[in-house]
Amino acid sequence: MSEAMYEVSLVVNGVPRSATVPARRLLSDFLRHDLELTGTHVGCEHGVCGACTVLVDGRPIRSCLQFAVTVDGAEVTTVEGCTRADGELGHVQQAFRDCHGLQCGFCTPGFVTTITAYLEENPAPTEDEAREAIVGNLCRCTGYQNIVASVLRAAELRAEEVNR
Amino acid sequence: MKPAGFTYHRPATVDDAVAVLAEVSPAGKVLAGGQSLVPLLNMRLAEPEHVVDINRLSELAYVRADGDAVRVGALARHADVERDAAAYAVLPLLRETLGYVAHPTIRNRGTTVGSIAHADPAGELTAVLALLGGTVTLRRAGGERTVAAADFFTGPMSTCADAGELVTSATFPVPEGRTGAVWTEVARRHGDYAVCGTGVVVTLDDDLRVAGARAAYVSMGPEPVLLDLTDAVAGAPFDDADWPAAGRLAAGRLEPDDDIHATAAYRTRLAEVLTARALRAAAGRPSVVA
Repeated sequence: MSEAMYEVSLVVNGVPRSATVPARRLLSDFLRHDLELTGTHVGCEHGVCGACTVLVDGRPIRSCLQFAVTVDGAEVTTVEGCTRADGELGHVQQAFRDCHGLQCGFCTPGFVTTITAYLEENPAPTEDEAREAIVGNLCRCTGYQNIVASVLRAAELRAEEVNR
Repeated sequence: MKPAGFTYHRPATVDDAVAVLAEVSPAGKVLAGGQSLVPLLNMRLAEPEHVVDINRLSELAYVRADGDAVRVGALARHADVERDAAAYAVLPLLRETLGYVAHPTIRNRGTTVGSIAHADPAGELTAVLALLGGTVTLRRAGGERTVAAADFFTGPMSTCADAGELVTSATFPVPEGRTGAVWTEVARRHGDYAVCGTGVVVTLDDDLRVAGARAAYVSMGPEPVLLDLTDAVAGAPFDDADWPAAGRLAAGRLEPDDDIHATAAYRTRLAEVLTARALRAAAGRPSVVA
């Protein structure tokens, strides 16, 4: 029996994209395999590590715990969409570079998307709040200190952008 | 890993959803937020023949609060319940408890009713529903029924819902009288499954003496455990009750299991301490003693 296929259309990083996939295609695989946006990383594939976090209609979600067909029609932002309009590093990406917030970089896309959404809700977090904001993402290299620093630095950079 | 293949259904109305569930019963599984189901599918611990995706049932995406209760539709995300100002005003316990449920990223997608229907013995909202004496409403083709939480949960990951039924809402009653409610838990990391968690409700009389004290627990049994602890503290002034005695009463009645995270003895000790702490805090809530 051949598997039923579904056309899934998303607006990814502002660009309308579509592909025809089986219902069991995870959003993470849809982005990586079907749309060839490999910035989204897949770590544990059961919702623990947070590497695959993307924004769906502005809210961070685990793309490995969602079927692409379920979110048909949604707006999705991946790490590739967390840049500035001119293509330069966005404030969260720049903060990670400034603060040495990544080492191997595997977990970084999930942190960047999570922190981008978090700062929209809480633009000026305390250090404790910054730590709390990333509690759902795992990093095996950094020990988190520099990621917490990156959250705070990103908030500063974001405030400079907003006030400019 | 990747999920095994399944036949996918995406009904647009509740009527369509229950018709599909009836047709494919018992081989169908309801997909809402997917934060419990999709990991099981990815790891192939579950391989349902049919998946009925209810994410298009916008009629169930509601949180309705009035003075008597907060009613949550099956498509309301945890984050929607958490942010709902009207629900917080009448029942702050919901928002306060949801802060312990996984991480914001999971709460953005996971649904409150879905976690109740999933009936994980570590699921905080199952215990809150039991604590408040709440109800669950189930629809099937041609009918609807409402079931008390005490009857709904029948064991770990199991409920009285039939395969052809869809849980459409959960109703959390606002406790009557001069009451305070608190949730607290201990987990290895914030957001992880609780080693022991408890929600309590304390009721005071007009002289600010304890008239009632009850508690519900997660991770302490196969389903939410509900205890009436009034006997240990009845009639005591709210600010001078023997809360540790209530904790000891609870500890004596709980029979948790050992697992890789904690021994039964440690869990019981946690329950004793957390119960006393939560009861004291609930009795002292400004809204209660005002």
